Amino acid sequence: MSTGPNGVGEWPLWEVFTQAPGGKPHEHAGSVHAPDAEIALQNARDVYTRRGEAVSLWVVPSGAIVASAPGDAGPFFDPGNDKPYRHPQFYKTPRGVKVF
Amino acid sequence: MATEAKPAAPTEDPVKLAEFEARCDRGETIEPKDWMPEKYRRQLTRMMSQHAHSEVVGMLPEGNWITRAPNLRRKMCLIAKVQDEGGHGLYIYCGTETLGTDRAELIDQYLYGTAKYSSIFNYPTLTWADIGVIGWLVDGAAIVNQTMLAHASYGPYARAMIRICKEENFHKRQGYELCATLARGTPAQKAMVQDAVNRWWWPSLMMFGPHDTNSPHSADLLRWKVKQKSNDDLRQRFVNLTVPQAQAIGLTLPDPDLKLDQATGDWKFGEIDWSEFNAVIAGNGPMNRERIAARRKAHEEGAWVREAAAAYAAKHQPAAGQAA
Repeated sequence: MSTGPNGVGEWPLWEVFTQAPGGKPHEHAGSVHAPDAEIALQNARDVYTRRGEAVSLWVVPSGAIVASAPGDAGPFFDPGNDKPYRHPQFYKTPRGVKVF
Repeated sequence: MATEAKPAAPTEDPVKLAEFEARCDRGETIEPKDWMPEKYRRQLTRMMSQHAHSEVVGMLPEGNWITRAPNLRRKMCLIAKVQDEGGHGLYIYCGTETLGTDRAELIDQYLYGTAKYSSIFNYPTLTWADIGVIGWLVDGAAIVNQTMLAHASYGPYARAMIRICKEENFHKRQGYELCATLARGTPAQKAMVQDAVNRWWWPSLMMFGPHDTNSPHSADLLRWKVKQKSNDDLRQRFVNLTVPQAQAIGLTLPDPDLKLDQATGDWKFGEIDWSEFNAVIAGNGPMNRERIAARRKAHEEGAWVREAAAAYAAKHQPAAGQAA
């Protein structure tokens, strides 16, 4: 528990991921503060799913997330950005072939 | 020159600043770990935390009527709406924290420091009709502002706004329905809702803030695409949307100067009493002291719950680890 000014204790931070109905992937919704995982799930439910937005919830301690650095985004993602031949538009189809 | 040195305005790396401003101009989204000028971080922290505080303090005037709602349907709607406001506060606190200030500190600045919240919540809810008028006018004004902020350059703020806008429409609709119901009710009901409109109209217009010429933060916020429209533009949009809604349910707005400008299609309105706005902002509105006292009381009386939950978590943490 971190301690703020006036000795105000703040519960740890958890990142919240919600899965929408219909087989959608889990998506980041926001974060909540909670003293433990169980209360984190309950807080996440109350804050992010008041209107049937989710069929499943993940909560992850924020400190456990490892993220790529924005400053390195260019070189880091470069291997995926310089290969146009991975896209179908790179290839020509014979004239007249419309449905492929 | 002043002899007493204030905290120096941060000097930013001009190359990084130019890159940042180019990104804003291109409409790119700024994310928490991206480089940003210190002033952008400070302005956003101020603006977002004020917004979060406003959502939470906004629970008080409406919570005032939950026990006196006239029927179960209205009571359920009002409870759900007040709960939403608390949720909106949490969405925005979570976004604000990504700028590097802990929620506990933000709340501390609000309860015991100098942080502000929207002037509108310093007015009292005197009758049941006020609940309808708050939904219709206050949430209606908030929607106009938040629809713009859903395009703000700062990603976490914009995403919180998108979530909030989806929910605010319920708030406005339930309020307008309530007003429409009273407006076609008994003469006493109609008089009650008209009185509430008369009291809330001008404070609602003040929600958009000072005139553009007198708005100290607007230039930075507009340049950095936190805001895309000026206070006066948003206020005009709100008036244009609201006048026909009032006419449709047979209510009038308390402004003798209100008239349609045929050339522009805008509803021209009279001058706002800025001395009232400034008094409320300075802490001298009808309910400023009561609101802050109620929030401090709630926060302090909830301390034992926060402490107990933390103690429980500390006690059970090892066991939970083993079970995993």
